[in-house]
Amino acid sequence: MTGTAAPAALAAHATLAASAPGAISAPPIEYSQLGPMLVVFGAAIVGVLVEAFAPRPARRGTQLALSLGGLAAAFVWTVVIAASRQVFANGSPGHTAIGGAVGVDRPTLFIQGTIVVLAFISVLLIGDTRFSPFVAQAAAPPGATAEQEGLAAGAMHTEIFPLTLFAVGGMMLFPAANDLLTMFVALEVLSLPLYLLCGLARRRRLLSHEAAMKYFLLGAFSSAFFLFGIAMLYGFSGSVSLAAIASTAASNTSNSTLLFAGIALTGLGLLFKIGAVPFHSWKPDVYQGAPTPVTALMASCTVVSAFGALLRVFYVAFGNLTWDWRPALWVIAVLTMVVGAVIAITQTDVKRLLAYSSIAHAGFVLTGVLAVSTAGLSSALFYLVAYGFTTVGAFAVITLVRDPGGEADHLSRWAGLGRRSPVVAGIFAFFLLAFAGIPLTSGFTGKFAVFQAAIASGETALVIVGVLSSAIAAFFYVRVIVLMFFSDPVPDGPEVVLPNVFSGTAVGVGAAVTLLLGIAPQPVLSLASHAANQLFVG
Amino acid sequence: MTGSAQALAAQATLSATGALKLSWLLLAFPLFGAAVLLLGGRRTDRWGHLLGVAMPVAAFVYGVIAFFTLLGESDRSRDLHLYSWIPVARFQVSVGLLTDQLSICFVLLITGVGSLIIIYSVGYLWHDADRRRFFGYMNLFVAAMLLLVLADNYLVLYVGWEGVGLASYLLIGFWQFKNSAAVAAKKAFVVNRVGDAGLSLAIMLMFAEFGTMSFTGVFRGVGSAGSGVTLALGLLLLLGACGKSAQVPLQSWLLDAMEGPTPVSALIHAATMVTAGVYLLVRSNPILALAPGARLAVAVVGTITLLVGGIIASAKDDIKKSLAGSTMSQIGYMTLGAGLGPAGYVFAIALLLSHGFYKAGLFLGAGSVMHGMNDEVNMRRYGGLSNVLPVTYVTFGLAYLAISGIPPFSGFFAKDPIIEADFGQHGAAGKVAGVCALIGAGITAFYMTRMMFMTWYGRRRWEEHAASGEPHETAEPLAGGSVQGAHGSAEEYHPHESPPVMTGPMVVLAIGSVGAGAFLIINHRLQKFLAPVVGAPPNTHGFFTAPGIAATALAVAGIALGWWIYGRVPVPATAPAGGPLTVAARKDLYGDALNESLLMRPGQWLTRLSVYFDNRDIDGLVNTIAAAVGGTSGRLRRMQTGFVRSYALSMLAGAAVLVALLLAVRL
Amino acid sequence: MRLYLPIFILALLGFGFASFSVFMGTRLGPKRWNRAKLESYESGIEPTPHPPGGGRIPVKYYVTAMLFIVFDIEIIFLYPWAVTFNKLGAFGLVEMVTFVITVLVAYAYVWRRGGLEWD
Repeated sequence: MTGTAAPAALAAHATLAASAPGAISAPPIEYSQLGPMLVVFGAAIVGVLVEAFAPRPARRGTQLALSLGGLAAAFVWTVVIAASRQVFANGSPGHTAIGGAVGVDRPTLFIQGTIVVLAFISVLLIGDTRFSPFVAQAAAPPGATAEQEGLAAGAMHTEIFPLTLFAVGGMMLFPAANDLLTMFVALEVLSLPLYLLCGLARRRRLLSHEAAMKYFLLGAFSSAFFLFGIAMLYGFSGSVSLAAIASTAASNTSNSTLLFAGIALTGLGLLFKIGAVPFHSWKPDVYQGAPTPVTALMASCTVVSAFGALLRVFYVAFGNLTWDWRPALWVIAVLTMVVGAVIAITQTDVKRLLAYSSIAHAGFVLTGVLAVSTAGLSSALFYLVAYGFTTVGAFAVITLVRDPGGEADHLSRWAGLGRRSPVVAGIFAFFLLAFAGIPLTSGFTGKFAVFQAAIASGETALVIVGVLSSAIAAFFYVRVIVLMFFSDPVPDGPEVVLPNVFSGTAVGVGAAVTLLLGIAPQPVLSLASHAANQLFVG
Repeated sequence: MTGSAQALAAQATLSATGALKLSWLLLAFPLFGAAVLLLGGRRTDRWGHLLGVAMPVAAFVYGVIAFFTLLGESDRSRDLHLYSWIPVARFQVSVGLLTDQLSICFVLLITGVGSLIIIYSVGYLWHDADRRRFFGYMNLFVAAMLLLVLADNYLVLYVGWEGVGLASYLLIGFWQFKNSAAVAAKKAFVVNRVGDAGLSLAIMLMFAEFGTMSFTGVFRGVGSAGSGVTLALGLLLLLGACGKSAQVPLQSWLLDAMEGPTPVSALIHAATMVTAGVYLLVRSNPILALAPGARLAVAVVGTITLLVGGIIASAKDDIKKSLAGSTMSQIGYMTLGAGLGPAGYVFAIALLLSHGFYKAGLFLGAGSVMHGMNDEVNMRRYGGLSNVLPVTYVTFGLAYLAISGIPPFSGFFAKDPIIEADFGQHGAAGKVAGVCALIGAGITAFYMTRMMFMTWYGRRRWEEHAASGEPHETAEPLAGGSVQGAHGSAEEYHPHESPPVMTGPMVVLAIGSVGAGAFLIINHRLQKFLAPVVGAPPNTHGFFTAPGIAATALAVAGIALGWWIYGRVPVPATAPAGGPLTVAARKDLYGDALNESLLMRPGQWLTRLSVYFDNRDIDGLVNTIAAAVGGTSGRLRRMQTGFVRSYALSMLAGAAVLVALLLAVRL
Repeated sequence: MRLYLPIFILALLGFGFASFSVFMGTRLGPKRWNRAKLESYESGIEPTPHPPGGGRIPVKYYVTAMLFIVFDIEIIFLYPWAVTFNKLGAFGLVEMVTFVITVLVAYAYVWRRGGLEWD
């Protein structure tokens, strides 16, 4: 199939400049290979129709079933493609669909599968309406009578579900995009719904609005950089296709200023999404302000997706320039790990704490990225799975610890939680230990894998920094555990609600996967290394 | 000798076949029980104890099958590879279960004695509201302990090691509402961490030196390792063993651990967990074989502990604490045996197994007495109970004869070879240890006699006490049949025999106390059985040699002394002032003070350092080295202004730097 | 570099002309200040006062403008598609129908949820 892919790619570009007379050859659209994304987008569009035509009481149930069904179908389809003999015939690394715009290969399918599963859990959290974290009427200003009426009526914006699906669809396309324009479109498709979702918190609405606004402004800012970078790379190579950029970079050594400025700026756009220092400043504010289920979605799926895209761009388009971008990314990885871990120490808000922890973890995954090898890729993939499940579970626990006015975010409220509800505190402590990378949790296996890959590629200094910052990070995780179990409970402390089916599943799956990947990581490790074996298709 | 031990250690380990292929069942049964009971919640309250008993019994049944399978096979160990934990490049850790002669001994002890004790608990905790949780923890303990002894590498052993520590912590603190129980649990946890640090350092050293943690790999590797490495390994393993087995200087937690329910003391703090240190040392015999210095240290620790434990046991009025001191002392003997090298391993294990029976029997007997006495633990309030609790009296008495080393009961057969082996050693050290062990035998007989007379004979001091109306000390509220709010003042004791579900296990254990030693030692049964793992003692000997006769004579002397002080004259209801040694022994020979200065103070300093951060947000305090990180954090945190304009600016600056970096690299 | 020279010259000229005009305007123009001149917009319409207490600003114009843009873009796509319809053939038809349907879905949503009602 790859043999035909190259002419198809040329044909696709020909359509852009179709001034020549004669028929335009249409790019092939491999619907079966794009199925997972099409299912998710299709479910989202049907969701919009449901919003338009279904009566209000029926909407929530329909939307929930539609979203979960769509995601489940997408997962099954992803597995079917991954097992397909046709796509991976004769040891082929994969296939590029739609005339080279979308790559269908093992790493991408692994990432997409991960995103879909994590999104499924996040949707469960979103669908848990007992203590709905979402505003009843987003258009009503905070404190207005309209808001009170909406609350009293128990209204809910069921648009949240199609918005989530659109975002998830964008996230699936993001790492699959094999040319920079498609990637940019995917970036916007995933970002725009997220901006909106961030502003929908029911409580502390101004904080939520502020988060949405900041995320939007900074996201737009970084998108502009990304687009600017694409323009430069196009100027350098005359193409937006990743493979074409790679081949031009290999043959053409003049004009390297355009190329490197392009690498820097496209890289910036991607690093912004994963929250690498110094492009991280949005993360704590947005994670704190957004409704917790949305934070869970962003912290797991968006990070996985953005890392997928980062890996694809840097491995495929800039794969020949490893020696040029490694030092810069090295500096960023070090900064990310150290700054994330150090600032986390003085945090007093659980969600902000997890935001900084997420920044530090982005640094650890970057260590795997910097290995630039199949081992590096597979370890990064494994790390993303491990981190994604743990973080979804941790945010799910946060939704359970409640004050009368909403979630009890301030750490001082968590003091002595271990006495009051040992099970919930114990599970949260387990997640924290996983974040810290204690053996027998998935965090340990993940860290071990990325560090091992980095050492094998000669990045010993980076690993030393990584280990040191894990030690710093472990300190603040343990601090929270100490706070929960060895401090005296605060009087009239937060209530811990019993998880229902939705949040219970989220917490349970998160904890089970975290434990399983710590005790028996072998199947997922080998799946990741199998996926990474042939890297991305170009 | 070392050469042959080496060869034995490196013997081929075969893959498990037949019934041994199912050895994972041993873990699966109790683990399943624990999972159902702990996760099932209140739903399992009604039938939870039945499951809690059934699972260890099932494991025991499998253990017996495995034992006979192993008997029939040639003398090789069977390794069941379960799966690879982290197969990353050079770091290969596989999780496997090793069924060999040594581990099967422990399996039978853990599941057999464990099942009996868990059956006993059904009666003992009949009225406890949280009974289900108790059985869950007990199953968890059995699973962790089996993992410890079945592991085929040090890392998995360490997992089990921590697992039993966790179960022990949970069970000591089972009655959380009692502050003393919570404190004792914490103390056990902390002191054990010190020992665990030793073990984990040993494992890291093994990995650094040999690149593997499997028993076979490590034992193959030590042969070519330097003497410094083997010495360090031996000492670190000893430190680990000291923590778990309550050996000097990490002994203090065991006395406090008696706050847990009595079946816990019987199973964990007498029969099985505390002997894990001895298992570790015996299992690591190829390392000790090459580290004579470490072996000497092991022997010294064992000798000191056997004396210290005996002295403490002689002074305590609390029946459980006295038994705890006795446990320390007995494990001291085992450690001493392990320190003697191939001459002692077998006897250490023999003592360990028979000790498992008679000490569990003694604890269950003590529990039965407490059960009938409103949880009274002060022996000065006992007396004349032999008519009231006849079954308990007989079983306790048989165990007493066993531990005192009276022939032909099992303590005599198990302990004497160790004393004898001491005198068989070359050099003065062996003789000194032998003399100490002899004295220890006398002390043992003395304190056990003291316990016998104070509990079973003499005046019924509990009647007088009830009449005097003083409040009595309770160790275990809510335990057993004490329906009255155990803290009442002028209540009366109504001692009564325990129900059959409790006396049954005691009878079985009493049979073991009588026969186990003779069964294991006579005809060198255990010696032949264990030879593939630990090697054979150099010389065999009869029992009525000079040291054997001396030990028996000293035991008789100890009993006579006990009778002279506690049997001849009535026991005072309040403890007399006593001499300096008695006072010191009542205070655990200042073990706590020692720990405090050696471990707690530096530990506190460390914790204060971390608490500092805790207070930073809530109170705002102090500064130390760590403040550097905290300060940086605070300063960096200030960069997070909350203004989107400054975020954008930092992104822009970042972009400029990123572009500059990439272009600079090109130059 | 020579390729870009005319652009630079043009930029310079533009910048120069703009500066020159502004500068000359301040120098030469008469200045007669009055109230109307100091308004934000010199059109004579008073700017709407900000509602007290941070009240709402009607978003009707926004909605209309955004809907216009959506359909405007649809037209922009439709126009070249119509021109090259013969060349694109069935493929173009399918793709364009898909595109129109997705826009229609959004339209249906706006319509059903009252986005098209002025009040």
